[in-house]
Amino acid sequence: MKMRILATVVPVTLLLCLPPSARALEGEPFIHDPSTVVECEGKYYTFGTGGGGLISEDGWTWRGGAVRPGGGAAPDVMKIGDRYLVAYGATGGGLGGGHAGRILTMWNKTLNPESPDFKYSEPVVVASSDGVEDCDAIDPSLFLDPNDGRLWLTYGTYFGFIRIVELDPKTGARVPGNEPVNIAIDCEATALIYRDGWYYLLGTHGTCCDGVNSTYNIRVGRSDKVTGPFVDNMGIDMLRGGGKLVVAANGRLIGPGHFGLIDLGDGVQKFSCHYEADLDRGGRSVLDIRALLWKDGWPVAGEQFMGAVFQIHSERKGYALELAVDFVRMAGGRRGGRGAGRSGEPLTPIPLQTLAEVSTNWPDGNIGLRLGDYMLRPHQKWAVTPVTNAGGYLGSPWFKITIAGTDRTLTATADREVVAAPAFTGAPEQLWRIDQLVDGTFRIMPKAVPGCDEPLALTAIGASTPTLAKFDPESDKARWTFRAP
Amino acid sequence: MKMHGKIVILSIGVLSACSTALFSADSAAPPGGGPRPGARDYTPEHPRSLAPYFVPATSTPRAPDKDGFLQRWLLLEPIRKPNRSNIVFTDSYIRDAFYTEYFPNQFTVVPRHGDKVTVAGEELAWHALDTTNFNVKLFRFADGVNKPTYGVIFWAVTVVHCPREMRDVRLAVGSNSASMWWVNGEEAVVLSGDRRMVMDDGVSRRLTLKEGRNIVRGAVINGPGMSDFCVRFIDENGDPITDLTLNVETVAN
Repeated sequence: MKMRILATVVPVTLLLCLPPSARALEGEPFIHDPSTVVECEGKYYTFGTGGGGLISEDGWTWRGGAVRPGGGAAPDVMKIGDRYLVAYGATGGGLGGGHAGRILTMWNKTLNPESPDFKYSEPVVVASSDGVEDCDAIDPSLFLDPNDGRLWLTYGTYFGFIRIVELDPKTGARVPGNEPVNIAIDCEATALIYRDGWYYLLGTHGTCCDGVNSTYNIRVGRSDKVTGPFVDNMGIDMLRGGGKLVVAANGRLIGPGHFGLIDLGDGVQKFSCHYEADLDRGGRSVLDIRALLWKDGWPVAGEQFMGAVFQIHSERKGYALELAVDFVRMAGGRRGGRGAGRSGEPLTPIPLQTLAEVSTNWPDGNIGLRLGDYMLRPHQKWAVTPVTNAGGYLGSPWFKITIAGTDRTLTATADREVVAAPAFTGAPEQLWRIDQLVDGTFRIMPKAVPGCDEPLALTAIGASTPTLAKFDPESDKARWTFRAP
Repeated sequence: MKMHGKIVILSIGVLSACSTALFSADSAAPPGGGPRPGARDYTPEHPRSLAPYFVPATSTPRAPDKDGFLQRWLLLEPIRKPNRSNIVFTDSYIRDAFYTEYFPNQFTVVPRHGDKVTVAGEELAWHALDTTNFNVKLFRFADGVNKPTYGVIFWAVTVVHCPREMRDVRLAVGSNSASMWWVNGEEAVVLSGDRRMVMDDGVSRRLTLKEGRNIVRGAVINGPGMSDFCVRFIDENGDPITDLTLNVETVAN
């Protein structure tokens, strides 16, 4: 996969444009210690502490209903072949004062509790702690090494070491003779991921289970071996408390923990986690799904994209998406070689061109689109707005994209082009999916293109020409940034 | 998930009469709660012990490890200070807790192994120990001497000998949970809150270590969960200082 380094100005700029109250998911996403969100038969599932879990039809609106026996704490789930392997801790990390713990795994052909195939296998113990040793066997996480297909499980909490053991991916049982390896201290809810030759160990630091005062945050170290040593960006071993920050409290959400990677391919990675407290939901613990970015070889959470007014900037040439209307010159200012003026002359501010000054000359019907030099003009400023009660996709609602101050709406057409329609109707061709890519840029896709079954993305087919085309993750043609107007 | 708000279970043990017995075998201590499947308990074959986390300090001075961590300490058996959670350790709380006088000459004494103090009617002993890790596992120390592991304050002292005066050095500390540290009687580092031990977490302002004897003193408070600390001196570049020696009195008064 092509890996690029994006100047830090982009997410910072984006952050400045975000509304102050970017919220987590819709519905009733109430859960603690969620397993990695996985897809099964067109729905998304996650399981939490105590049994049960959440289901979503679209990845944006969640409800209860997932079924997991065994109780205990902090499960994880992974699809291996055509089955789902569920790991969970039978105990609760100090609940009742003890640290004797057991990690169990079990299989199911489906996660859909209404399916006739829904039946868990008999759980088997794959790791344990005796209550005395420097480990508490809870918080398991599964990792299938893409290099060799070996299956690993990390587990543990603040009581002693985080450990890793190897499982048999065919049976889910412990590989005979495998001994645990200590890989970290002073964290819990670990997860392993792999990228570009590095194994990354993510762990949750801070205080759990204290609501709005929980200091949970997710940190990471990396190693060239799956069993470590995992060191952070300062070279500090996670066995000595190291860990680079991935995500902390933000907006009105406090205490992220329990990372789970969701790799959607084509340069789109997301992660599931929970927040200890959502201030907009009475401080309850909620599920969230965030974009995962990579900077200088380290994962970091993307911003929660909830819309604002932006220039939409093509990474191909650096041009901005605009209506194909007459360019209207602004009055004032000096021109030519005397533009710098003379010292001592009054510096009178020049107002921005207003929508009213130019929009009366715009055509009434559809207006074509193009890409051009960004000039602060009204036909280049786009309001990106979440559409309420329209559902969404994994981790986000659908958006409408309109020229700011108007109802002129970015719309996919049946000939696989884009126009600005005169009004927003809520039709699928006017609902847009905006995914942040791992380099911090964005992919913009219509929910549907009339008469076309293939997913298409907004693409700069020419330096000045936008269209809809199959997304090419190796090219800048379909990468966009949202910048302050 | 770890329930930090869990109830602290304070077990009252019997103080071992013979320190050598504390190193007899692998540590074994139930932190509390009822038995679970696979849980281990004390047995004659698995008696309570400070091993493998500590060995007795000797009279031979020792250097810090290659990373500069100070591995020789006099540790006082824990003072009871019940807390159900570590979230109460604000700056003002720990200052009140640590500046409370628990025993005479608390901020000046350089004890010997076996010295005893009485705190709230309970006799507590100082132990001269070398940690076998870069960090000092206080939970294992308390467990090994059959004292409460949760809801406690630990005091630690070591003597650092410098071959020459060292200017612009810093004391670097990580602790679980909150702690305060003094160098030659001057307050050097404060780590408040529900801390996890991270090496070089809190670092002092620039200090001068005298040629010869310097005293490093620390206090660590913990509610539930593991407790430990790691301490070293670092230079202007953050690199460890290793040309020091540590020596504590290993013979009781």
